[in-house]
Amino acid sequence: MSTWVLLTITGLGLGAMYFLIASGLSLIYGLMGVLNFAHGAFITVGAYASWYAQGKLGGIDSVPLRFVVAAIVGLAVGGMIAILTELVLIRPLYQRHIEQVLVTVGLGLALTALVAGIWTQTQQVYLTPTWLTETTGVFGASIPNDRFVEIAAAVVVLVGLLAFFRYTRYGLIVRAGVENRAMVMALGIDVRKAFTLVFALGGLAAALAGILSGVYFGGIDPARGTHLLIYAFIVVVIGGLGSILGSAAAAVIVGLTQQYANYYASSGVGDIAVILLLAAVLLVRPGGLSGAVAAH
Amino acid sequence: MKGLLEVEGLDVFLGGSHVLKGVSFAVLEGGVTALLGRNGVGKTTTIRAIMGLSDRHGRIRLGDADLTRERTDRIVRRGVGYVPEDRDVFTTLTVAENLRLAERNGSARYDLVYDLFPELRQRGGQRAGTLSGGQQQMLAIARALLNENRLLLIDEPTKGLAPLLVTEVAKALEKAAEITTVLLVEQNLGVVHRIADQVVVLDVGRVVHTGPAKEFLANPGLVHRYLGVSGAEAA
Repeated sequence: MSTWVLLTITGLGLGAMYFLIASGLSLIYGLMGVLNFAHGAFITVGAYASWYAQGKLGGIDSVPLRFVVAAIVGLAVGGMIAILTELVLIRPLYQRHIEQVLVTVGLGLALTALVAGIWTQTQQVYLTPTWLTETTGVFGASIPNDRFVEIAAAVVVLVGLLAFFRYTRYGLIVRAGVENRAMVMALGIDVRKAFTLVFALGGLAAALAGILSGVYFGGIDPARGTHLLIYAFIVVVIGGLGSILGSAAAAVIVGLTQQYANYYASSGVGDIAVILLLAAVLLVRPGGLSGAVAAH
Repeated sequence: MKGLLEVEGLDVFLGGSHVLKGVSFAVLEGGVTALLGRNGVGKTTTIRAIMGLSDRHGRIRLGDADLTRERTDRIVRRGVGYVPEDRDVFTTLTVAENLRLAERNGSARYDLVYDLFPELRQRGGQRAGTLSGGQQQMLAIARALLNENRLLLIDEPTKGLAPLLVTEVAKALEKAAEITTVLLVEQNLGVVHRIADQVVVLDVGRVVHTGPAKEFLANPGLVHRYLGVSGAEAA
């Protein structure tokens, strides 16, 4: 029982990070038709900006406070990189999807190489508040506290996104734009502002995932973003392109599948199980769990 | 005569085909101008080109404003409303959300649209995707009427509708024509006869006739030549 609880909560923590990355990817594709391969770089850059800020904030004695302030810096940098990517690289290539894919692949590779060039491939250790590295007993299982933070962060982002879509005009524009971008423009709305906003939200969520991954894995390295991005793409496809709730459900399924398969079968089987799951969903329900392209 | 909308030498290429070949016409201020022609002659392409939804060459003016290089959203904000051929309501949004999305400048005319289409008020919380074709058409027209526009571009509003709904939509178009200028693409010549003041007739991507609607419809030879139907069907 305690093993199952540990695997489940750890799987949910992993799924939470997948969701944070996949939500941005899914929205960007749903609204703009852009497969953003630079999203992994947003994760890496956000994580490294936070780690770098930790080193520069030595004047803050309180570790939790330093962690939070550094995380805010990481989020801001992740959001800014995403906005600049949209404005400088994606916007001039509007409707030219092949070129957009190429430029995002190039940017992802370049930023990852830049980070590795400056700080080497060596894993950098995160300064983490003590409480996050401790454990809490749940039904006899000792659960690392960071898992709860990762799950809570994903839930807050999910609820925040759903509230944004439901109660704000820009949320309405994004939902409509996912369905029919040209008609949104034909109502007199500058849909490009929604593009920038969605990129910014995606960048923030990706940077948050990067920061939390530093806690989850005990450190960060330049390949972290690329590694997580692969699973996030799988989550987006399983959940249904453009669907936030679909991504949330798929992230939970993928995270749990990986954990259970790695433990109950053999270490490494989790990745194969996820690929098989992806293949099964594509065969049975090609539109993903949501079955439709919609930001709901 | 100077028109509210002036189109000069409009060329559009789609997928390697030269669809519009130097289309020129003017839409006079007030009333309804019907854009007519057989299927595939370029009526919808003309409307989409005016809206900036297709790449185009030529000159398009609305009053003193040059729309030729404007983005679609800016064209709309200059006072051009658009009802597309396939309605294009947002099926995952509710009726109320579809209307809210169309609001501009905080002066939405809900009284007008609910007076014309009271059903839309009752169905405010219903997803637009679950509406019938006729109800979706009403919503598409309501979206365009919600704001004060100088010109409405309405593309085949009665397409696929039952006769009773055609009458209802025609009434709404008459009301729209009372408050703004309308450029209407319409295959139903009964509706054209009822509401159009002027016609612009296209054939294979070129304007082949312009003039008063009644004169055109009263000429069976012209109607048969350019629309492929007998003049009696227009009466």
